[in-house]
Amino acid sequence: MIPAAFDYVRPSSLDEALAELADPGARPIAGGHSLLPMMKLRLARPSRLIDLAGLDLGAIGLEDGAVRIGALTTYDELLGLGEEVPLPGALRDAAAEVGDAQVRNAGTVGGALAHGDPACDFAAAVIAAGSTLVLRSPDGAREVAAEDFFVGPFTTVLEQQELLVELRVPVPAPGEGSAYVAFEDPASGYPLAGAAVRLGRDRGCTVGLTGVGAQPLRAAAVEKAIGDGTDLGEALDMLGLVSVDGDGEHRRQLACVAVSRALEAARRRAGA
Amino acid sequence: MTDTMVDGTGLVRVGLRVNGEDVTLVVEPRTLLVHALRDELELTGTKIGCDTSQCGACTVLVDGRAFKSCTLLAVRMDGAEVTTIEGLADGRSLHPIQEAFADQHGLQCGFCTPGMILATADLLGRDPDPDDEAIRRALAGNLCRCTGYQGILASVRAAADAVRTPA
Repeated sequence: MIPAAFDYVRPSSLDEALAELADPGARPIAGGHSLLPMMKLRLARPSRLIDLAGLDLGAIGLEDGAVRIGALTTYDELLGLGEEVPLPGALRDAAAEVGDAQVRNAGTVGGALAHGDPACDFAAAVIAAGSTLVLRSPDGAREVAAEDFFVGPFTTVLEQQELLVELRVPVPAPGEGSAYVAFEDPASGYPLAGAAVRLGRDRGCTVGLTGVGAQPLRAAAVEKAIGDGTDLGEALDMLGLVSVDGDGEHRRQLACVAVSRALEAARRRAGA
Repeated sequence: MTDTMVDGTGLVRVGLRVNGEDVTLVVEPRTLLVHALRDELELTGTKIGCDTSQCGACTVLVDGRAFKSCTLLAVRMDGAEVTTIEGLADGRSLHPIQEAFADQHGLQCGFCTPGMILATADLLGRDPDPDDEAIRRALAGNLCRCTGYQGILASVRAAADAVRTPA
């Protein structure tokens, strides 16, 4: 399978890249492991590819109580970070779940989020961690809460002439624990249902789900059910989830188990 | 901004090193690395299996790391160092990983083998003494449809031993 023809440019600065995206047929490419498969199937046919590989967007740092992760950081690079980088456990779990070794060598955390796949492992963890995403356009920068970033299948709040440049993931508070658990489709490796749970010392929790809705989402009803000790399945029903491919009941059950196991693991990590 | 377009043709010029030799490709931007290797450079050791980045038969090393070349654009390889299965042996003497796959019956039809060996090279470059779980995890993106995986596991274990303690 060969993609439809396109023009290719490799800008060396963020401003150049943003200017190139003024062309409505232009798409940015990072690791390319989401976009290129879609281009090979001709589900995506950009007329111009803006290669982001020349941009300096792979730095990791600590600032204002958050781990700053450059959008072009690969999953492999993220997993290679030592324990001195205070990443929530859920983020490491989710990065390790993605694809396989070769895919993690190529795939970037920012590219995956911006692609907006409804079954993105990493998105659930980023949401549960309470992360903020930094977006850049020619008009400047704006910050969007991860839970507000995804608006539908393969659709995010990103404008045509806007790039996700950085993730800001709050440093886990003392006594906090988080984990991500997914059930993968054995053929594709994509999650049928994935749940990330962050449990605070005050026992309050944040839950991100993936694979079970039109987009990765924060599940407030599930958070409440965990707090109240009520039925998780009923809480999932309250979210009005959209089944992507008709096996909604199966996914609902997997989601319940994923949430329970992620909660259990988060509790263990919190030392409770 | 890099300007590598060949005037008026829609083709791009890409300079890279393949198996230690400098090469210049003149390709369409949409050309996949696996096609450039096989069709332009006639390095047909790299296989096209599923063509959907699942099977790993097209695995090559780019700057020492394993990638699926069916999901890389050749145009993005400018300045990269690519190693294919043809680049591992030293003349007529096999690389220790190749030797181990031959000795331990790590292959039957051989179609997945180049990818298995290059994924193993990435693994052993990071972890010279992987346990079975680490090996399984490193090769999860490489499918074998005939030998089964036990011989492959044994091959990687033997390769790790050989790489750690060269004869």
